[in-house]
Amino acid sequence: MPTAMSLEWPTDDFSRIPFAAYLDEDIYVEEQERIFRGPVWSYLALEAEIPNTGDFITTYVGDTPVLVNRQRDGKVSAFVNRCMHRGSMLKRECRGNATMHQCLYHQWAYDLTGQLRAVPFAKGHMGRGGLPPDFDMKSVKLTSMRVDSYQGVLFGTFSDETESLVDYLGANVRAELDRVFNRPISLLGYQRQRILGNWKLYNDNVRDPNHGALLHMFHATFGLYRPTQRGGVKMDDRHRHNISYSMMGTSDDDADAEAFAGTQKVFDKGFRLEDPSMLQYDKEYPDDVSLTILSIFPNMVMQQITNSLCTRQIQTRGPGELELYWTYFGYEDDDEKMTQHRLNQANLVGPGGLISMEDGEAVEMVHRAVKREQDEHGIVEIGGKGEIADHDYLVTEIPIRGFWSYYYELMGIETEQAA
Amino acid sequence: MDAGSERDAVVALMIDYVHLIDEDRLEDWVELFTDDCTYKILSRENVDAGYPLELLSCHNKGMLRDRVVSLREANLYNLHTDKHVLGMVRTHQESDGVWTAQANFSVYQSTLDGETDLFAVGTYRDRIVFNNGQPLFAEKIVVNDTFAVARMLSTPI
Repeated sequence: MPTAMSLEWPTDDFSRIPFAAYLDEDIYVEEQERIFRGPVWSYLALEAEIPNTGDFITTYVGDTPVLVNRQRDGKVSAFVNRCMHRGSMLKRECRGNATMHQCLYHQWAYDLTGQLRAVPFAKGHMGRGGLPPDFDMKSVKLTSMRVDSYQGVLFGTFSDETESLVDYLGANVRAELDRVFNRPISLLGYQRQRILGNWKLYNDNVRDPNHGALLHMFHATFGLYRPTQRGGVKMDDRHRHNISYSMMGTSDDDADAEAFAGTQKVFDKGFRLEDPSMLQYDKEYPDDVSLTILSIFPNMVMQQITNSLCTRQIQTRGPGELELYWTYFGYEDDDEKMTQHRLNQANLVGPGGLISMEDGEAVEMVHRAVKREQDEHGIVEIGGKGEIADHDYLVTEIPIRGFWSYYYELMGIETEQAA
Repeated sequence: MDAGSERDAVVALMIDYVHLIDEDRLEDWVELFTDDCTYKILSRENVDAGYPLELLSCHNKGMLRDRVVSLREANLYNLHTDKHVLGMVRTHQESDGVWTAQANFSVYQSTLDGETDLFAVGTYRDRIVFNNGQPLFAEKIVVNDTFAVARMLSTPI
């Protein structure tokens, strides 16, 4: 049985990624245990989605169904979304409000802390049947996650070993969350995208500023993002998370034209939108950054693409499928014009996004092509080899190596090989 | 134009709409809309929960044209052919030359290798106005039940 450990990692700077890591079923199962049930904080939801007592949402951490709700004391809890009795899914709805969670199968009912409160016919009928006298209802609780929140972003972990959320995120990521979640947000809605590829291919994709203007020609064509813009990447100390950022209006047309020469996809400076309203950036932060892609290991992305703000949650559906769950938001103090502007700019991203629709196709193209190449390796050298560190240029994929360095650690590869 | 003829023209417009997409005549498809049209693809999830976010939205004919130009020139998408199946059309005349119409649809996408998947099922909720005897979409609202979009939403629904 292959394990992540048994794969060949030919370079110690993660500049070669074995394709089997994206495809193998056993490795996928191992990832669910070591990563999604392991010492990481997974993104669950935004607090704004469940403002009131009893509000709940259902989601997935990896491929484990999870129920997140707000308790009577205002705290948020998260449980595996299954009844402790016969294992039936407890809540089927995506969201709602409940005073308790009652399983449909046999009506076992749990309160908002996950404590079993009622079992119908617990004493049977006429003194016969029902639960045995020594059955201790108090001992039955839903399998819970530890939940913490930073700036209204909810994370959960299954492991007791996980460091504090604040430490897990690190200073750079916290600063980015402080920047965007600087005041109360207002939800605009959801989008979902199913991609037939491995969940790590999407993590690679969001840590790869180099592809932005190459795959997404809309970006380059209309100047929203170009490789010659001022920008760069910032990671946490362990390089597991990444922030790619750039500033529009700082590109160098001549340098772009020269760099694209010799490729067939030459971007055309002549294109103009009939309605350019969605390209407009109403500057709303103290800095000049117009595009931010924050990726938090293992399942979260947050974007600022001009005024379009959202989180993207990566849910795994087996080694060959993922679902992206996009949650769009603005601020409570947005006026109607700003709300309309954000909705208009939502056209840029999501499954139908003018600058993001290609990501799904790119992930699937890799997944299909490497199926019988599992002993081969992908190359990750754009931006440089060796040390993984922050830098202030965009022709880079170094953060991909950061992701894999932490993956390697979580999957126990180093330890086992050292032993 | 009498109400019966207008109704026939409304139904014919809805039929043209799906065939022009399926024939990849998107430049002609744009001409079925008024200049200040609204075209939206909505996720049923957001409609039911009362959220305003669209999967795709155009607020005038220029934006529709931009979508088509972007598809032709900039976007790289999953190459496929679309086939719409349009359900029976329910029409309602609001006033002289102003109609609402509703119909269910399904869209199948077929790959270059000839594999076909059901891509979307939903309902059109349209508002159609007559301009010099010609029916045009003032509003085309596509409510998509298949809101977990497979791969990507490139060509219009």
